[in-house]
Amino acid sequence: MKWVVVRFPGSLDDDDVVYALREVLAQDVSIVWHRTESLGAADCVVLPGGFSYGDYLRCGAIARFSPIMKSVKRFATEGGLVLGICNGFQILCEAHLLPGALTRNESLSFVCEMATVRVENRQTPFTNQLEIGDVLRLPIKHGEGRYVAPEHELRQLEERGQVLLRYVANDESFGAGSSPNGSMHAIAGVANERFNVFGLMPHPEHAVEALLGSTDGRKIFESITASRT
Amino acid sequence: MRVRIFVTPRQGILDPQGRAVETALGNLGFSGVSDLHVGRYIILTLEAPSKAAAEETVRQMCEQLLANPVIEDYRFEVEPG
Repeated sequence: MKWVVVRFPGSLDDDDVVYALREVLAQDVSIVWHRTESLGAADCVVLPGGFSYGDYLRCGAIARFSPIMKSVKRFATEGGLVLGICNGFQILCEAHLLPGALTRNESLSFVCEMATVRVENRQTPFTNQLEIGDVLRLPIKHGEGRYVAPEHELRQLEERGQVLLRYVANDESFGAGSSPNGSMHAIAGVANERFNVFGLMPHPEHAVEALLGSTDGRKIFESITASRT
Repeated sequence: MRVRIFVTPRQGILDPQGRAVETALGNLGFSGVSDLHVGRYIILTLEAPSKAAAEETVRQMCEQLLANPVIEDYRFEVEPG
């Protein structure tokens, strides 16, 4: 399958996503500059982490208006798979491709650590190689990752199974304090209602080789490839 | 038209920055401070045929970019001249 990684001014993890996909998972990947208007023949589009447009105004608020985002929206509307990691997640929320918003961490501190997340739904193109209850170790590094949505929306997300990943404490328990950033319902990753757009704060592309401390991120990418073969 | 826009964290949404500043004021000895929120203040000049037209434009600016209605409230003042 063909992967397209969008590079915004201020993207940081674009090359890491390319490395993970091309070198580790032997996938066909290309990078497109945000001023491009065409995604070409993509099967999955990745919006990578970083600080697009310097996080001016709000994280992801300006990147949302990049020329490429029109194509990303169309691609998503047509059912194409879109994965947003960290800043990519923030951009997807600002672009209304995902519900909710990401705000300043409750601690006001930038968190940079290995997070533990639990898989909450496996009937999706992003998690089909995992089991419900599987625990993944994935790095997080963000200052604005606290997931917020109105209470009624949270309820709907939970009912429909749109919460794909939830932070758990190191002992795999879940509850107040299990989220490193104060996210509501300890949400680490959510999908849209159609389950073809997924955003997450943890970085699967930084967890693809034992040398990096975890290979759990591979499962996310492998799920995506499995869903399209 | 001269436009002033005030964007503040939405009521009921946790505002850790506001809480930290409120605590700091308390530590400095300013007592009786509560409900402190830190927001954003945007000023701009807008050409518009009327005050009503300017208000409608600014409202759209806020809805589409300047504020995120999921987490922020906004209000604005439009002054002719």
